[in-house]
Amino acid sequence: MGMTLTEKILARHAGKDRVEPGDLILARVDLALGNDVTAPIAIDAVRRLGVREVFDREKIALVPDHFAPNKDIKSAEQTKMMRDFAREYGIVNYFEVGRMGIEHVLLPDEGLVVPGDLVIGADSHTCTYGALCAFSTGVGSTDLAAAMISGEVWLKVPASLRIVLSGRPGKWVEGKDVILYIIGKIGVDGALYQAMEYAGEGLSSLPMAWRFTMSNMAIEAGAKNGIFPFDGATRAYADVRAKRKYETVVVDDDARYAGELHVDLSALEPQVAFPHLPENAKPLSGVGNVSIDQVVVGSCTNGRIEDLRSAAGVLRGRKIHDGVRMLVFPATQEIYLQAMREGLMEVFVTAGAAFSTPTCGPCLGGHMGILARGERAIATTNRNFVGRMGHPESEVYLANPAIAAASAVLGRIGGPDELP
Amino acid sequence: MEFAGKQPNGAHGMEFRGKAWKYGDDVDTDVIIPARYLNTSDPAELAKHCMEDIDRGYAAKVSPGDFIVAGKNFGCGSSREHAPIAIKASGARAVIARSFARIFYRNSFNMGLPIFEAPEAIDGIEAGDVLALDMERGALRNETKKKEYSISPVPPFMRELVAAGGLLNYMAFRRKGK
Repeated sequence: MGMTLTEKILARHAGKDRVEPGDLILARVDLALGNDVTAPIAIDAVRRLGVREVFDREKIALVPDHFAPNKDIKSAEQTKMMRDFAREYGIVNYFEVGRMGIEHVLLPDEGLVVPGDLVIGADSHTCTYGALCAFSTGVGSTDLAAAMISGEVWLKVPASLRIVLSGRPGKWVEGKDVILYIIGKIGVDGALYQAMEYAGEGLSSLPMAWRFTMSNMAIEAGAKNGIFPFDGATRAYADVRAKRKYETVVVDDDARYAGELHVDLSALEPQVAFPHLPENAKPLSGVGNVSIDQVVVGSCTNGRIEDLRSAAGVLRGRKIHDGVRMLVFPATQEIYLQAMREGLMEVFVTAGAAFSTPTCGPCLGGHMGILARGERAIATTNRNFVGRMGHPESEVYLANPAIAAASAVLGRIGGPDELP
Repeated sequence: MEFAGKQPNGAHGMEFRGKAWKYGDDVDTDVIIPARYLNTSDPAELAKHCMEDIDRGYAAKVSPGDFIVAGKNFGCGSSREHAPIAIKASGARAVIARSFARIFYRNSFNMGLPIFEAPEAIDGIEAGDVLALDMERGALRNETKKKEYSISPVPPFMRELVAAGGLLNYMAFRRKGK
């Protein structure tokens, strides 16, 4: 019996010829990640155990991105704890403010995650790297501590849900719409404990940026990971960035799946997920009149250069609605520079948007764009839970960058085709 | 792992009694402990804000040994270990749900918060019901409603984690063994 992409990568990292869904394995990690929210608990655990050395100084990444640049004294203490630990333990991949970015965009762009890898991170969106045909999943701080010490993680091999894509997406439809549509279909626990594995001829029309967005939101369907097969697009992305040699995997023809879902990309409209769950996705034409106070473009989901191009393309020559605040967060310093070089930053600022240094900021209601009671935002982020961007009585609607930008001009949720 | 804050009591052997705090489906970690409080990992501080965005009364009124009871996919969303830490430090003895989101599930075992899947029991439990949980027999009794349910057994590896007092203690034992 054959193996899925996830099973192949897990078997290789557990030193086994094969694994099956349900097997508990101890697997070797290629990279373990923590941020300023989750790393402090892990660091505290490592120190309390009296451990003086991590398993590999080059295979740990520490990124202060959630409350950084420090939003208050407590946040400053947390990032300082990471910084001190990184210096003392000689962690090579610590990224200081000014050189950092949002972790899940930064690490693959820096070539620190490569195809075939097994990566764990104390952040639920660690599943983003599935776009590279790597196995990656979110864990907690204690798992991170254990991995920093031992280089290993315990995992239960997940069954896989096969998602077969066909057709080509139409105008204004991006990767965000595909994943919101899928989550809308299967629900926020539709892939609970499972791997989502993409397949089908529709893959050829998905650029890497869109695949990262789709893998990123696998967790919003409850999945352990969301993985794409390795192809020419993966190779083109990885070969110019990879800091290590990589070894790819190919799915077996007779791999077994827990289920199969077919998505015709050509039939999709842009999607908008209504509060307070990502599964509340509706086609844009069914949204109705929803006025907004704030627009956020950015995050590990949609803060890539392609996302900024998409939003700026809609905003060029237009002004943001009087009643709307728009905030743009390039995900890394490199993307920030590229946006400057391409003139995108000027488009945003001229239109009346704020353009920020990279941070997770408002996505998790941390800082830099918190909502007041009763306020409403449309965001390219990943979650619209109660209180996610601020007051528990505020609302977040999820959409792609083009829809977010068009909504900023309209003052209500809408698409670029509605713009004068 | 020791935590500041309220400590559960009322345990008689392996049976625990306490009252139910009932919630719905898809309770996410953002409402268990809102991100605006994640600039600290101090358990007592986190416990003060536990469940605040869906239940402002919980943190002040929960008694040591009470149970959180919820529907499907409890703990979905962020990987923040602050969520099980906040629940444990709030004094709750355990979480009983129809199902759990996977990161919350592993975090709870890793840091020693007992959680149980009891799909049949959930609908019949109302807020305030007195529950008795027998971990050894795998039984959950609703004393208010006079009904007993079985709870899904914890996998052997997870039982080892709990017996060791969490993942890090488990690892420490293994390291000593080498």
